Amino acid sequence: MQLWEVFLRARSGLHHQHVGSLHAVDAEMALESARDVFTRRGEAAGIWVVPSAAIVASDPADKDSLFEPADDKIYRHPTFFDVPDGVANL
Amino acid sequence: MCLMVLPTSDQAPLRDVATVADCCLIASHRLAEWVSNAPSMEEDVAIGNIALDLLGQARGLLSHLGDEDQLAYFRDAVSFRNPVICELPNGDFAHTMLRQLFLDVWLEQVWRAFAASDDEVVRGVAEKAIKENAYHRRHSSSWVVRLGDGTDESHRRMLAALDELWPYCWEIAVDGWYDEVVFVLNTATLPTPAPPHADPQQAPRVDHTVHLTELLAEMQSLARAHPGASW
Repeated sequence: MQLWEVFLRARSGLHHQHVGSLHAVDAEMALESARDVFTRRGEAAGIWVVPSAAIVASDPADKDSLFEPADDKIYRHPTFFDVPDGVANL
Repeated sequence: MCLMVLPTSDQAPLRDVATVADCCLIASHRLAEWVSNAPSMEEDVAIGNIALDLLGQARGLLSHLGDEDQLAYFRDAVSFRNPVICELPNGDFAHTMLRQLFLDVWLEQVWRAFAASDDEVVRGVAEKAIKENAYHRRHSSSWVVRLGDGTDESHRRMLAALDELWPYCWEIAVDGWYDEVVFVLNTATLPTPAPPHADPQQAPRVDHTVHLTELLAEMQSLARAHPGASW
């Protein structure tokens, strides 16, 4: 059986988030199994399943060159703004 | 006991709330026997979910008919009204999925009829069950097609399950059931059996099999050993 990655979104308007993986022989079975395994407690309003083989991943060995240059650029964080009360999902 | 008569065809005798409640209870137990033994962990959870849906439906109806624990745990096999197909022992996975398809198609019509009931509780159970059943049916029919139209071995196993289960289907073959089942069977490249009917020469004419007695012995043992026990 093929490996699939499962993404859920909790409700309309939010983005999908990765929640885990499962085995299935086809897309239909992957979607059904994702529903059965990952949405038993009302977690989802939508599901994506993606063949794991379709994921292109960064090489852990490239970690320093890819990510470390961002570490000393604090001005890229929006921490200098005051967030008004009542703004959700920011 | 309240009687809710379903529209019937020549082939299918009357169905009432007690019959449906018992069907859901017994089918739930047979599915629960798969948990930890299904072909994959994903399917363990899927079957467990479906068993719990059926158990919830059984509870909704049994508690409407009386004390649900008394009805589930302190009745003997002769008092159960479920169609025999529910109680047959689990075979292989093909056998279970085909049985579920047959039951799901039947229950789809049952819940639709119950949803038009004058009885508010029955209507409430049915309205919730319609959504649950739609998923169960999708699950069972996709497995029947996947296995029937799969490998030589999975096709052979589906054929064997069809041979074994078909003689029991006359009890649940309400109007429209046959056409819907045949559509799935044909999609699964399985042959079209003759319409099921209650010819005593062909169909097993038993109220129950010994398998129900064995099932109940296990299902009821705890409650009977410790009457009134609670968590």
